[in-house]
Amino acid sequence: MNTPKADPIKPRVAVHKFSSCDGCQLAFLNLGEDLLTLAGRVELVHFAEAGPLDPDTDVDVAFVEGSVSTAEDLERIQHIRQHSGLLIAIGACATSGGIQGLRNGVFGENWVTQIYSHPEAIASLERSTPISSHVKVDFELWGCPVSGPQMLAVVNSLLLGVTPRDNADKVCTECKRRGYPCIMVTRGIACMGPVTRAGCGALCPSLGRDCYGCYGPAENANTGALAVQFRSQGLSPEAVVQRFQSINSQAPVFLAAADRIRIKSHD
Amino acid sequence: MTDQQRSVAIHVPVLARVEGEGALDLRIEDGDIAELRLRIFEPPRFFEKFLEGRHYTEIPDMVARICGICPVAYQVTAAQALEKLFGVELDPWARDMRRVFYCGEWIQSHSLHIHLLAAPDFFGCNNAIELARIAPEEVRRGLRIQALGNELMDLFGARSVHPVGVRIGGFHGAPSLARIQAMREKLRAALPEAEALIRWAAAIPMPQDDQAFVSVATHHPTDYAIERGQIAVSDGLRIEADAFDAHFAEQHVPHSTALFSTYHHQPYLVGPLARLNLNHVRLPEQVRALLTESGLALPSRNLFHSLLARAVEILLALHEALRLLDGYRVPDSPWVPVTPRAGVAIGCTEAPRGLLWHRYEMDGEGRVVNARIVPPTSQNQGRIEEDLRLSLLNFGLDHPDDALRLHCEKVIRNYDPCISCATHFLRFNLDRA
Repeated sequence: MNTPKADPIKPRVAVHKFSSCDGCQLAFLNLGEDLLTLAGRVELVHFAEAGPLDPDTDVDVAFVEGSVSTAEDLERIQHIRQHSGLLIAIGACATSGGIQGLRNGVFGENWVTQIYSHPEAIASLERSTPISSHVKVDFELWGCPVSGPQMLAVVNSLLLGVTPRDNADKVCTECKRRGYPCIMVTRGIACMGPVTRAGCGALCPSLGRDCYGCYGPAENANTGALAVQFRSQGLSPEAVVQRFQSINSQAPVFLAAADRIRIKSHD
Repeated sequence: MTDQQRSVAIHVPVLARVEGEGALDLRIEDGDIAELRLRIFEPPRFFEKFLEGRHYTEIPDMVARICGICPVAYQVTAAQALEKLFGVELDPWARDMRRVFYCGEWIQSHSLHIHLLAAPDFFGCNNAIELARIAPEEVRRGLRIQALGNELMDLFGARSVHPVGVRIGGFHGAPSLARIQAMREKLRAALPEAEALIRWAAAIPMPQDDQAFVSVATHHPTDYAIERGQIAVSDGLRIEADAFDAHFAEQHVPHSTALFSTYHHQPYLVGPLARLNLNHVRLPEQVRALLTESGLALPSRNLFHSLLARAVEILLALHEALRLLDGYRVPDSPWVPVTPRAGVAIGCTEAPRGLLWHRYEMDGEGRVVNARIVPPTSQNQGRIEEDLRLSLLNFGLDHPDDALRLHCEKVIRNYDPCISCATHFLRFNLDRA
């Protein structure tokens, strides 16, 4: 095993949760026996779901899951930033605002009053926003959810003292490397692979289905061309908008793509 | 100072080792409980609202995001509801594999809960990493079983958190025979591990804490109900999922972002112990034998038996997966075509934490008009508060603060609350006050 030179002081790590499904923290909890290896290499200072509770002590690395969606969150993320050497945002909620970002722009005060009989008890901001909207983020790991191997790669890079590698390439490149037939070309299915960030291993095409963009926008994503392609495959403008407005709806590239289609279809 | 005079206020601002964010407030005055609240403050995520207008093909991918720990439950329940409305007859292969897929989630979720969340309490440990120092083999075994559950989900969903394999009408793809054969070997090898887990769980000393409560679970004439069945109540009621609203109600209380559910105006239990209480006669022979050996008498009225109930259900899920993968064949097509139609789709299955109920009103194009989802943790919320009250009185209020707090946390963890699931609501005002 490639163990870095023994360091007498283990790095102190925190895992924080904001508005989310808890699925990205599972990248740690689902490591199986590797979880115990990890626990031997780092000191887990705060990780509420796993047990340790200490949000106030300084840590070397803080992993942050979830989006900012309440007034209290606004203060908590500042506190975490002040007490963390490196802050790493993990998953779609923390990097783009997540699926709950679908409420942005359509959320009205009446949403809460219509629903809850004691609206005064519900503290919810109108918008669900990524961590980087509020504090400096040192590294973003995209994906809904991030995977165990991705997380371990980041942790190992940090243990070795190197900057984690960011893969902003497209899902298409993963498909080609694995030799999967193109879903769009061979089956005529509207696939988000050409504009979606790699990292999952092209899971959806491996099952013969379309990518739905859960890893967020890739670098240099040509969303305009893909929208034209989707229209030529028979998707209505509304359906094309929904393709871009799903798990990572508030990622600027996907938001802009959806807005352009909306404007165009009103012309 | 005697217990009669003591006043105590215990606030646990963040509950550790539960999924999602909740807190506990307890106030004891003059030797009695003056206030006891399980506060759920995880922000609502408004899922039902943004499902409106979405196409049925997107629903499995969207509802998965309600919960990272039990996405399969959400996907399978939604698929079941929509397939019923659309008049889809699943291929027997797809019907069986839905159950296998679901077994993977039970194995994963239950083993995670037993070893990482619940068991440390009973060994004086703060977390599983401490527990691994005194019970290394048991924790490693648990993590291996959890990993196997994840692998079983991977087979059909390509990943275990927000899997991508379910489609309305079946699955997107079918695993190869070679992969299934390799999985069967692993499942067989895990049987003695799961049996040892049951023996270990049965030997953990648990508090005696009998309480009267109503159990609610899905019930099936031949299977130990997981992915299909009627709704059964321990008072003898049997109803179809469509009749849920006639017997169950939800209301909002100010200290929670989740809704409280009641059955005929009383709290009720869902989850592994409720299922064992109602369905233990449906367990396969080999599992029943272990259950008998464990000495657990059913129905049980002690929620501290929940940990053992989860261990029993892990063995059940391994046996079921093995049985259904016996004689596996790759189907001609893993899915059948679907034609949407307008109407109301209702589905109900057993998530690892208990009964999960979905209702979708659909238009003729296959788009959601409105959606309503009732997850297990909100159904258990009233029961948890009732249990805390009774259990604390039984435990004795004169214990030191730390002991009271730990006892409360143990009680709460018996339910394996998934607070992320419980708080995605967007519902109409149901306050009947």
